[in-house]
Amino acid sequence: MEEIYAKFVSQKISKTRWRPLPPGSLQTAETFATGSWDNEENYISLWSIGDFGNLDSDGGFEGDHQLLCDIRHHGDVMDLQFFDQERIVAASSTGCVTVFLHHPNNQTLSVNQQWTTAHYHTGPGSPSYSSAPCTGVVCNNPEIVTVGEDGRINLFRADHKEAVRTIDNADSSTLHAVTFLRTPEILTVNSIGQLKIWDFRQQGNEPSQILSLTGDRVPLHCVDRHPNQQHVVATGGQDGMLSIWDVRQGTMPVSLLKAHEAEMWEVHFHPSNPEHLFTCSEDGSLWHWDASTDVPEKSSLFHQGRSSTFLSHSISNQANVHQSVISSWLSTDPAKDRIEITSLLPSRSLSVNTLDVLGPCLVCGTDAEAIYVTRHLFS
Amino acid sequence: MEELDGEPTVTLIPGVNSKKNQMYFDWGPGEMLVCETSFNKKEKSEMVPSCPFIYIIRKDVDVYSQILRKLFNESHGIFLGLQRIDEELTGKSRKSQLVRVSKNYRSVIRACMEEMHQVAIAAKDPANGRQFSSQVSILSAMELIWNLCEILFIEVAPAGPLLLHLLDWVRLHVCEVDSLSADVLGSENPSKHDSFWNLVTILVLQGRLDEARQMLSKEADASPASAGICRIMGDLMRTMPILSPGNTQTLTELELKWQHWHEECERYLQDSTFATSPHLESLLKIMLGDEAALLEQKELLSNWYHFLVTRLLYSNPTVKPIDLHYYAQSSLDLFLGGESSPEPLDNILLAAFEFDIHQVIKECSIALSNWWFVAHLTDLLDHCKLLQSHNLYFGSNMREFLLLEYASGLFAHPSLWQLGVDYFDYCPELGRVSLELHIERIPLNTEQKALKVLRICEQRQMTEQAILLLTSHTGDVGLWTPRVRSICKILAMKAVRNNRLGSALSWSIRAKDAAFATLVSDRFLRDYCERGCFSDLDLIDNLGPAMMLSDRLTFLGKYREFHRMYGEKRFADAASLLLSLMTSRIAPRSFWMTLLTDALPLLEQKQVIFSAEQTYELMRCLEDLTSRRPVHGESDTEQLQDDDIETTKVEMLRLSLARNLARAIIREGSLEGS
Repeated sequence: MEEIYAKFVSQKISKTRWRPLPPGSLQTAETFATGSWDNEENYISLWSIGDFGNLDSDGGFEGDHQLLCDIRHHGDVMDLQFFDQERIVAASSTGCVTVFLHHPNNQTLSVNQQWTTAHYHTGPGSPSYSSAPCTGVVCNNPEIVTVGEDGRINLFRADHKEAVRTIDNADSSTLHAVTFLRTPEILTVNSIGQLKIWDFRQQGNEPSQILSLTGDRVPLHCVDRHPNQQHVVATGGQDGMLSIWDVRQGTMPVSLLKAHEAEMWEVHFHPSNPEHLFTCSEDGSLWHWDASTDVPEKSSLFHQGRSSTFLSHSISNQANVHQSVISSWLSTDPAKDRIEITSLLPSRSLSVNTLDVLGPCLVCGTDAEAIYVTRHLFS
Repeated sequence: MEELDGEPTVTLIPGVNSKKNQMYFDWGPGEMLVCETSFNKKEKSEMVPSCPFIYIIRKDVDVYSQILRKLFNESHGIFLGLQRIDEELTGKSRKSQLVRVSKNYRSVIRACMEEMHQVAIAAKDPANGRQFSSQVSILSAMELIWNLCEILFIEVAPAGPLLLHLLDWVRLHVCEVDSLSADVLGSENPSKHDSFWNLVTILVLQGRLDEARQMLSKEADASPASAGICRIMGDLMRTMPILSPGNTQTLTELELKWQHWHEECERYLQDSTFATSPHLESLLKIMLGDEAALLEQKELLSNWYHFLVTRLLYSNPTVKPIDLHYYAQSSLDLFLGGESSPEPLDNILLAAFEFDIHQVIKECSIALSNWWFVAHLTDLLDHCKLLQSHNLYFGSNMREFLLLEYASGLFAHPSLWQLGVDYFDYCPELGRVSLELHIERIPLNTEQKALKVLRICEQRQMTEQAILLLTSHTGDVGLWTPRVRSICKILAMKAVRNNRLGSALSWSIRAKDAAFATLVSDRFLRDYCERGCFSDLDLIDNLGPAMMLSDRLTFLGKYREFHRMYGEKRFADAASLLLSLMTSRIAPRSFWMTLLTDALPLLEQKQVIFSAEQTYELMRCLEDLTSRRPVHGESDTEQLQDDDIETTKVEMLRLSLARNLARAIIREGSLEGS
């Protein structure tokens, strides 16, 4: 983590996402999208960290990221996902869900599709119509699932004008994030510390499973699923705790790890190297969690070790594990049960709202209006 | 009161006619509202078409510049770093840290200036371009002033090194020479270039004697006739004694050497060695510090502070800091020569040379269009312990006053308010009050934003809570300042309006607002009575200890528990819970009838559930309820119908209770008997 580039962009960044690479591609990531929040005018922007032989000769030095194009977005960008190579789905605080299309030929963005009243408190058509912020979106081509402060879950298809499926009052409190578990199943987290699994094959408005934190109902803000072991799920809470869940068993987290000092806004398993996990928080920190325990000398990776700490799982209810492949995130072997944590940002100030990892690249965005990029995560 | 430091500027608001109509205005924290009233100045009632708009007048316009936003955000980080510099650090290490901070600030200004410059060049609209260019010159002036303050106040360079710093300062800010040099050297025959002698002169004026010598050698190569005198001049330039940072020679040694060198130059002048070349002779005069010769180069010097530094370089290279102001004043007077009056920038620099920090800050506050500069500079100088003695006749000290102004400006901006929070934090006297006033005005359009504001509030009362705990054991009270409560309440109200009862309840639990929790619980119960089923079970079933927040909430939770027990066919537990809800008076009296009705199916079960004792209790509850029922005076048909249903219910209950009692007595009797 020698080189981490910061660029101030004059807007508070709420979301950053790498553009997925074409299947089978050997390239590294080079384009990412950002969304802004709390500005008078908010934007969806596309940035490139590639080389600029012809584009920009004087401004950018190597490693700096350059703006490719941007487009106005009505309301705060609450969530952002790439639908495919060209399309980006954005969730708005106005309850609107928009699909933007990128035209690489002339570097512009345009609105491709829009569901303006995806989330609302009082129905559209009623005189007292009031919208509700859409807080989370997840894509699995051709499906798009959105959740909102109205506790509603929508299932859209890219080519359908209307929602394919809507679960009204799916949650009594605010839904903060959503992710796919297995294809027809999704997982949501809410503001009273619950994790719910929904199966779109089932009719009715009841989740197929509810898991929850005990006691204090600490709101959960983010969720990510292990890329290979689909039963392993990580969530981040308002108190900055990282929880690891095994959705196949129990209704409580497998482990609770003390992490940040304030809200954990995002958690991501590394997509191709899931022994590594990344979290960011309102307290202005960005952490790299390394649970790969088989390598005794990781000095090349963590020789700086400024803020490395060892943690052991504090809670463990893993009495009856009998799967052949045990994820290191669920492991309870005391010898192996160690996670090394590295802080990636030099000094902390305002909230780090978002992060994304792809290959050796990491991008994050902050309320201090800076975007940080590194291309050598494991150098 | 101090007197005004100048006429206040008049801002005209387009479209508002203050001649015809009376104006109305109101102060906000960082801005002002202005509109026309419908009152007419004259008594006549003729309707003058008035301006239909309300104007917002902002005083800190620079806050709205997209490029300056980068300056605000980046310097925010530096500011925080500066506040965290260990107070224990003293002497050299502290000074070097402060100088580093100062340089960081300057590099942010420079980066901003460069970007602004690029934008100014690229601007298609000339008016726009002019606006950006003027911003560039403001930023450049800011950097110039800051750099000088850094040398004089933070670095506190002593005689000797002082001049070296000043030379660097001039070289950094009079930088046309680099493009000129590239131009001349790029030409085919540099020494015949029109600007060749200009370039050499500028190099000498800036004390860049090595470069000047190289240029002269080109002249010597080109014209053999003057090669000799060029060599002599070159030697003079080479031998000029200067203080080099690594050198250990004392100031006295340097002064002595310099005196010798100066006398040597003087001799060459008297010998008229360079009489054949007026260019070289004027260079020699410059190197002798001849004021008249220097003033001839006004064009090349471009400003008086350049003149000052060159003059010092060749006449008094070991000038002491305390003598600077004398030279500065006379250089300014000589340079302007009574032709023009000094500009604000000149006055600021002059004040700096006089080591009058307060004057510098005051002049800057008047001249510059934003508070960023003075706030950050003052804060830095305060960390250098240079401002302790000065107290204002209003508010707190100057540092805090300026930081408060700056932070208020940030709060007036729709998205920079988060930066302002940290500035308020470092204003010990009025920061907290200001923060409380400002943070109330942040609109909360999403829960996420509300959570961020909540976090700010909660983090800041931690210390207060600690103090409270030390003085008295107030427990939770300290944790929840009014603002946190009010944010949660706002969100809870919003949720109730949107019919999101679950959300409303969890917000009122977070606010520990018992009254509101009661209100929401009542809504839940009402909905239950209307619909016959509970909503938001995921929350109500998981209330946990939060249930104790209000009696009504406890009742709601317990009542739901009764339903769950009943659903699970744990009839005995359900029955005793139901009874205890009434006997413990947790259940509101208005709900008793519903509870008693809920008891009906339990009473009608095949096996006996309520014991005889419990049945007596139930009966007492029912009689209690019916006897206290108010007697209605009026009797419209609807009321009668309602009463009818009610009477039937009571009759049914009485019947059931009597039957149950009979069964219970028989059963208990037979059990005892057996």
